Amino acid sequence: MEVPILRQGQYLIASIQSALTDADLSHLREALIAQVGRSRCRGVIVDVTALDVMDSFAVRTLRDIAHMARLRGAETVIVGIQPDVAFAMVQLGLTLKGVATVLDLEEGLAFLDGRTKDRGLDPKHKRPPSGPFRG
Amino acid sequence: MADTKRSMSVSTRGPEAPPLSESSAGLLRELVAHLRQNRTQLREEWARRITRAELLTAMTEEEIFAEATAVYDNYVEALETGTFEALQAYSRRLSERIIPRGVETDEVVGIVLLLRDVLARSLFNKYQDNVEKLNRILDSYEPAANRIANTVAVGFVEERERIIRQQQEAIRELSTPVLQVRERLLILPIIGVIDPQRARQLTEQLLRAIRANRAKVVVIDVTGVAAMDSGVANHLVQTVEASRLLGATVIVTGLSPEIAQTLVTIGVDLSEMATVGDLQGGIEEAERLLADRVAPTLAPLQSREIAPDSQR
Repeated sequence: MEVPILRQGQYLIASIQSALTDADLSHLREALIAQVGRSRCRGVIVDVTALDVMDSFAVRTLRDIAHMARLRGAETVIVGIQPDVAFAMVQLGLTLKGVATVLDLEEGLAFLDGRTKDRGLDPKHKRPPSGPFRG
Repeated sequence: MADTKRSMSVSTRGPEAPPLSESSAGLLRELVAHLRQNRTQLREEWARRITRAELLTAMTEEEIFAEATAVYDNYVEALETGTFEALQAYSRRLSERIIPRGVETDEVVGIVLLLRDVLARSLFNKYQDNVEKLNRILDSYEPAANRIANTVAVGFVEERERIIRQQQEAIRELSTPVLQVRERLLILPIIGVIDPQRARQLTEQLLRAIRANRAKVVVIDVTGVAAMDSGVANHLVQTVEASRLLGATVIVTGLSPEIAQTLVTIGVDLSEMATVGDLQGGIEEAERLLADRVAPTLAPLQSREIAPDSQR
C-alpha cells in the first residue's frame, strides 16, 4: 500500500490511510527522505490519524524519519495520534522521544510555520487554510 | 403455632423432596386452583401481616396492597408453570421501583417469606384432616416456594448491586473532572487515592479531553493526593508522555513535601516532567507557554526562541 506524499508549499505531507506493513513503512521512509532533498523542503508532516495500532517498528520508523529528515534540513512533526493509540504506546514504552507530535494536520502546519523561517506570510494573518505557501 | 413449627421442620427437607411423577403434577394443579380460589382472602391476609410486621414502612398501605396483588399473581403463576423468567423480570422491575424508596433487603426477603407462610398456613387449614395428603402437597409446594423466595431475593440483591456499580462509576467520573480554564488550557485536579484503575480512567479521560478541546497545555494538580507510590508516579509519567503524543504539554503542580521526598527516595525519575509548586504558579506557567505557542503564526520573529521548549 503506497502512501501518497503531497507537497504543500515548503512542506511534505505523508498521509497514511490504512495499516502498513513493515515493507510499506520502509518504503515510505526512503521516499520521504529522497523527496526532502529533491524538493528542498523545510518540513515534513506524517499524518497517522487513520492508524489504530502503532507497533514498535512503526514508531521506530517514524523516529528514523524525523532524525533523517533533520539531517537533510527539514523538521518533522507527527500528527493525529489517537488517544487510545497514545495510551497504548506509552504503556509499551514507545514514546517517540525527541520527535515533535501535535494534535492534527492544522496544528502540524502551524507548528512547522513556527519552526521554519518562513517569512513569506503576512504576520497579521494566520495561515490561510487552503492557499499555497510562498517560500 | 403448632402449624408454623411444622412448616419449619418440614421445609428443611427442602428441594430433595421425592418427585411424585404424575400425581405430583396433579397436586400442584390442585394447589394452584386453591390459591386462585382464595386469592382475595389470602392476599388481604398477607398484606395485613406485612403491615403488622412493620415491613415496607416506606410505602403506603394502598401501595403495599397493589404490589402484594402483583406479587401474589406472579407467585401463583410461577408455581403453576414452574418457569421463573416472568417472576425474575417482575422482581427486577419491583426492585427498580422500591430501592430508591429505601426498601431494605431484609424487608423484601421478609415479605416473600411471609407470603410463603400465609400460603402454607392456608394449606394446613385445608388439609388438616388428611395429613398424608398435606405432606404430599407440601412436597410439591415447598421446593417451588423456596425457589421463588430465592429468585425474588437474588433479583433484589442483583438490582442493588447494579445500582451500586452505577453509582461507583458516577462517583469516579465526578472525581476526575477535566476543566477548561481558557482556550487550549485544561486543568485536571486529582483528589483522593489513585489506584491503577482510576489512573487508567483518568488518563483516558484526559486524552479525550485534549483532543476534544484541542488543548495545548494541561495542568495536573495533585494537591489533593495524600500519598504516591512508584506505581502511581509511573502512571503520572505515562499520562504526561501520552499527552505529549497528542501535542499537549503537561505541568504537574501541588506535589506535597512528603510526596516530593518519597519520590526522590524511591528513585522515581520525574525529570521529564514540568513541575511547578502550586496551582497558581502552574496556571501562570501555562499561560506563558500558550502565549509563546500562539505567537509563532502571528509574530514569526519570536518563533526561534520557543523552538527548544516546544520540542521538549
